[in-house]
Amino acid sequence: MPVDVAAPVIANRALSDDYNVLALAAPPIAAQAAPGQFVMVKASNGADPLLRRPFSIFEVLRDQQGSPTGVSILSKRIGVSTRLIYDARPGQTVACLGPLGRPFTVVDSPGEAWMVAGGVGLAAFATLAEALRARRVATTLFYGARTGRELFYLDFFRALGVELVLTTEDGSVGEAGRVVAPLDRLLASRPSSSRVMLYACGPEGMLAATARVASKHSRPCQVSVERIMGCGLGGCYSCVVPMKSDTGGFHHVRSCISGPVLAADQIVWD
Amino acid sequence: MDLSVTIGSLRLKNPLIAASGCFGYGVEYADVVDLSSLGAIVSKGLFLREREGHAAPRIVETPAGMLNAIGLQGIGARRFVEEKLPELRARGATTIVNVCGTTLDEYVEVSRILSDAEGVAAIELNISCPNIKEGGIQFGCSLTGTFDVVSAVRKATRLPLIPKLTPNVTDVASFARASEDAGADAVSLVNTFLAMVIDVETRRPKVSNVVGGLSGPAIRPIAVRMVHECRQLVKIPIIGMGGIADARDALEFMIAGANAVQVGTANFVDPFIWSKLLDGMTSYLERHQIARIGDLVGTVNATTIGRA
Repeated sequence: MPVDVAAPVIANRALSDDYNVLALAAPPIAAQAAPGQFVMVKASNGADPLLRRPFSIFEVLRDQQGSPTGVSILSKRIGVSTRLIYDARPGQTVACLGPLGRPFTVVDSPGEAWMVAGGVGLAAFATLAEALRARRVATTLFYGARTGRELFYLDFFRALGVELVLTTEDGSVGEAGRVVAPLDRLLASRPSSSRVMLYACGPEGMLAATARVASKHSRPCQVSVERIMGCGLGGCYSCVVPMKSDTGGFHHVRSCISGPVLAADQIVWD
Repeated sequence: MDLSVTIGSLRLKNPLIAASGCFGYGVEYADVVDLSSLGAIVSKGLFLREREGHAAPRIVETPAGMLNAIGLQGIGARRFVEEKLPELRARGATTIVNVCGTTLDEYVEVSRILSDAEGVAAIELNISCPNIKEGGIQFGCSLTGTFDVVSAVRKATRLPLIPKLTPNVTDVASFARASEDAGADAVSLVNTFLAMVIDVETRRPKVSNVVGGLSGPAIRPIAVRMVHECRQLVKIPIIGMGGIADARDALEFMIAGANAVQVGTANFVDPFIWSKLLDGMTSYLERHQIARIGDLVGTVNATTIGRA
């Protein structure tokens, strides 16, 4: 059941001029959070900016006894609200509503998990990787960014035993180009008897390309979509995604309550 | 302390109503709000048939507000009766249905279906949605259109009938009067203001429908003025709305002449807002030693100061 916490900022770590990780004290949210869920965050009081913004729950924070104490969000500064999140300081409180949405379905060993992240889409995968590795699922992260300086938390995933396949658009780290290229290649090299679940989160074009590659290789794929969202609870109907309907047309589902995790082969991609 | 109010034959335990299009079908909020603690909820707009609405993006934030162009996506009247009303009844919600139509006949038929269903407390007649091509605001922007559709639905239902008025007219009070003349039990106002936001980098509108309806605190002073104007001209109850975000805002509408208020956009920001609004209104009544909230309605002292 979602709760609204006036969450004190524990720490705010700038990863670059645009990216930061904001750690928030919110035990009741942390205690309920499942991989793929999100929170609705508002870093200012008052009416401007007005609405909350949705963020994947990036990390679930724990104390030394392992009890959940809070959550962190990975943010990229693109507007007024994300600037407030970039500039938030310890001691300040941030309104944090969650956990919200339907989580990823976590596969079991001997299945494999291939996570595909683009840019800030990495945010969906820290808690998923922990859940997968706790089940000893062989896990690979395909992770693309514009440049090597925007590939974050690599050591976190390595420490979990996640295999990394990195791409950058400028070729500064890993393979030059888009992350879907090595995904396509490596899927082609896998025997069809192997069980691989794809998970994807990132820009819409990357999600659509991942869905095409998944379909081409007949692999199931769960995508976490990002939409402009008003409420996060199914009230406003802003965040819809067109899904295939039985009649051959489409119907709009609200990504806040039917998602944000959706089956890639059910989405009507542009 | 008596927070109850009456809207025609409808008695509400308090004046707080969840606005149409801002609260899903009510059931979405059952986990976070005791639905029976609200004065009422208003369903999302209901046509005869299901509608998919506009493509995303459907909203964009604006200074102290938001613009939406959802396009009245919805499950239609019959599915609402089958799939949503039973849970609303079970949870003790007072349910007002928001009735839409593209033709006069559709308004009448949808009203009939919902009047026959168990657990519908009143009909809010949506003649003011700015986001659909046919119907809606076409009725709400013409005095004869308003009179005709309210009259026709009046003949089809005994439930309290509440036309929801658009602010996108020169003189909203004349539309309240036309509604009253046609037999409405109350009016609700305001729906959203037709508006537009353009991305200057791409030169594209920021919602797929090009234009949308503006809501939120940005519109509140205009909405308060419109409620005040309607209060001068009609005797039927008024349900006021437009940018209410705290108890003082709600009280302002009531002092201007609203018998009850609806809250929409602020519920997106804070789904737990309802108890805070009730607490704030109660403490105001205590502080001002007002026994019944109904005594506050229309008490603005609008005597002009000085001479022009």
